[in-house]
Amino acid sequence: MVPVILVRYGELGLKGLNRPDFEKALSENIKRALQGLEYRYIHRDRGRIFIENYSMGEEGEFLSRLSRVFGIVSFSPAMAAELELDQVEQVSLEVFRRAMTVVAEGKSVTFKVHATRANKAFPLDSMELNRHLGAHVLKNIPGLSVDVHNPDITLAVEIRDRAYVSCRTLPGPGGLPYGVSGRALLLLSGGIDSPVAGWLAMKRGVEIQAVHFYSFPFTGEKSKTKVIDICKALARWSGAIQLYVVPFAEIQTSIMEHCHEEMRIVVMRRMMFRIAQELAGRHGALALVTGESVGQVASQTLESMRAVNAVTNLPVLRPLAGADKTEIVRLAKEIGTFEISIRPYEDCCTLFAPKHPRTRPQPAEAEAEEAKLDIVGLVRTAVEATEILSVRR
Amino acid sequence: MREVYLDHSATSPIRPEAFQALQEAALRDFGNPSSLHRKGVDAERIISEAREVVAGALGGEPDEVVFTSGATESNNMAIKGVARALSRYGNHIITTRIEHPSVFETCKQLEEEGFQVTYLHVKQDGMIDLDELREAIIPGTILVSIMHVNNETGIVQPVVQVGTLLKQMREKITFHVDAVQSFCKLPVLPREWGIDLVSVSSHKIGGPKGVGALFIKKGTKIAPIILGGGQERGLRSGTENVPGIAGFGAAVKAAMAGREREASELDALRRRLIEKASAIKGARLVGAVEGCAPHIVNLSFPGLRGELLLHYLEERGVYVSTGSACSSRSRALSRTLTAMGLTSDEAVGSIRISLGWNTTAEDIDYACEALAACVAKLAALVRR
Repeated sequence: MVPVILVRYGELGLKGLNRPDFEKALSENIKRALQGLEYRYIHRDRGRIFIENYSMGEEGEFLSRLSRVFGIVSFSPAMAAELELDQVEQVSLEVFRRAMTVVAEGKSVTFKVHATRANKAFPLDSMELNRHLGAHVLKNIPGLSVDVHNPDITLAVEIRDRAYVSCRTLPGPGGLPYGVSGRALLLLSGGIDSPVAGWLAMKRGVEIQAVHFYSFPFTGEKSKTKVIDICKALARWSGAIQLYVVPFAEIQTSIMEHCHEEMRIVVMRRMMFRIAQELAGRHGALALVTGESVGQVASQTLESMRAVNAVTNLPVLRPLAGADKTEIVRLAKEIGTFEISIRPYEDCCTLFAPKHPRTRPQPAEAEAEEAKLDIVGLVRTAVEATEILSVRR
Repeated sequence: MREVYLDHSATSPIRPEAFQALQEAALRDFGNPSSLHRKGVDAERIISEAREVVAGALGGEPDEVVFTSGATESNNMAIKGVARALSRYGNHIITTRIEHPSVFETCKQLEEEGFQVTYLHVKQDGMIDLDELREAIIPGTILVSIMHVNNETGIVQPVVQVGTLLKQMREKITFHVDAVQSFCKLPVLPREWGIDLVSVSSHKIGGPKGVGALFIKKGTKIAPIILGGGQERGLRSGTENVPGIAGFGAAVKAAMAGREREASELDALRRRLIEKASAIKGARLVGAVEGCAPHIVNLSFPGLRGELLLHYLEERGVYVSTGSACSSRSRALSRTLTAMGLTSDEAVGSIRISLGWNTTAEDIDYACEALAACVAKLAALVRR
């Protein structure tokens, strides 16, 4: 009898020729997520990944880390038994007894057995197993009754190379294994939206690197710490995140000195995109990711997006394009970035922000304003002075 | 880059004497002062010595000093402790609009619990009006809490006159003074001045953080707010922070040994700062040259943002603070400055420069040069 965590993945099963690559990536990601925890080894077998002989004393940590590995649909801490009926019976009882301890004491407990037989060589079929194991449990543990519709405990038995017996199945985050979709650069402001956008991209297998435009002395060092903490929170899903901190105050100053007040924000965002594109090129990112949601603020109208987008030929992913603020906030809370994002060290950009920004800027207007700036020089200086941080979970 | 720390009213760097005392107590006198064996006795002795020093600095007796985790706790204890002890005599408390949050928020909480609180105004010069205080007193008034030196402006409240006034009242009214900013800088003499309770802090005078004291004049009725093993004569339970208290004692000793000299030196530096800074275009002194604490200068540059100025100065290695936060989410204006009638522009444009035991004339000169340059740079941006 061996403790095993059984990991199920769904969507990648459908991906034809990519499948072996995805499976390999997923098991590598699981290995990385479990670093520092004790288990014998990880292996794959027909649509399942098995974490063999894991240290049950650290079970909570195993489960919480697996719940953050993209590509996992669900997982179950289980016991594996050899394919002998008496062994399966014995393990079933043992697993069942352990599950009883978490059900409220003194309450009458209902259960059902849910057997599946992938290995048809086993003598009992799944219906027979259900009946047989159900009777065995009833006989050996007093005070139980069967309820196939709404049981307190479901004893799941999977017959494969061995029998896997489990009473708990936990949801994974779904999505695709981190990294299989290539690398993208996330524009990370420290607000509520951009971390969520990054997380959604990560969920689709995109490896995220982040760029933050740091406005010191228009803002304090605490705003940088905040962005680092957000990366730390996101890194719980990926292990580590590379963060580029771009000094931005000089560019903002230059914009304030030369550009028309109404156009400041558009020009500023175009500068951000130019720098991000340059960094993406240097670091092998295939796309940019932003937290924009259509129409949320003046700089997120379609006109603004077009005017800003015009400076890059990279695809710009906007996973939140169609999301409402309430949905974004809910996700931010779920992934643990909300509490960090609402810390009050925001950009002191009230100085920078115009009273009436243009909501429908034209690319040509932006170009006319930018003619007054040394675009190439400003971008080059900022990129050269960029600080690179590797943020671990 | 040269660094000039001018934020002593937030916290002071630790004095070498205080650090040494703290270290020695932490390593050598690790016992629990409540223990009956020698280790306990040794630790107890450390605390007694510090208690004598703190009491001496306040012109009081050692058994009038209760050590706390800092002035926030001292203020909470003074106000809640008196409110609880005297609630059957009345439920009215008088304080001011310019108190530290640890007084202000405590009073707000008591209001929710059914106490009545009068928040005295301050005049344009930042001082309370004694007539307003006199009129605010009613038969149910049990406590008056007024800070000595305001932490944002350095303005000194007339606590001596308040003490005299309260003494003339027929009913006994407990008088609490938050002396965090004046302790070891100006004379603080509760017994002579008719003050019953005084809050002081260690880290504002070059001691370690996490320790402070409440002076409780003999006979003052006060209930404990932290209960437990009965330490500090039952007024503040919890195993004593022996290293912290040792460091606190040493800092007070060092500060008091040179108090008059330190204070007059600080005052000279403050005047130098005011003179140079006043020459900067757009500068406005909040407070006065005469009659203020020797170590706090509040300057306002209306039209600029104090927080930006702070970061600009930081870029040049000069550390100051601002009372009003500037963020696009919440533009919380300083309570003190608005109470003094400053406009929102003046409040947002204000910075506090605070001096301390290791500030030098060169520091002041460097800071003033940096300030002039930063103001010019920012003003140029804002004009656009």
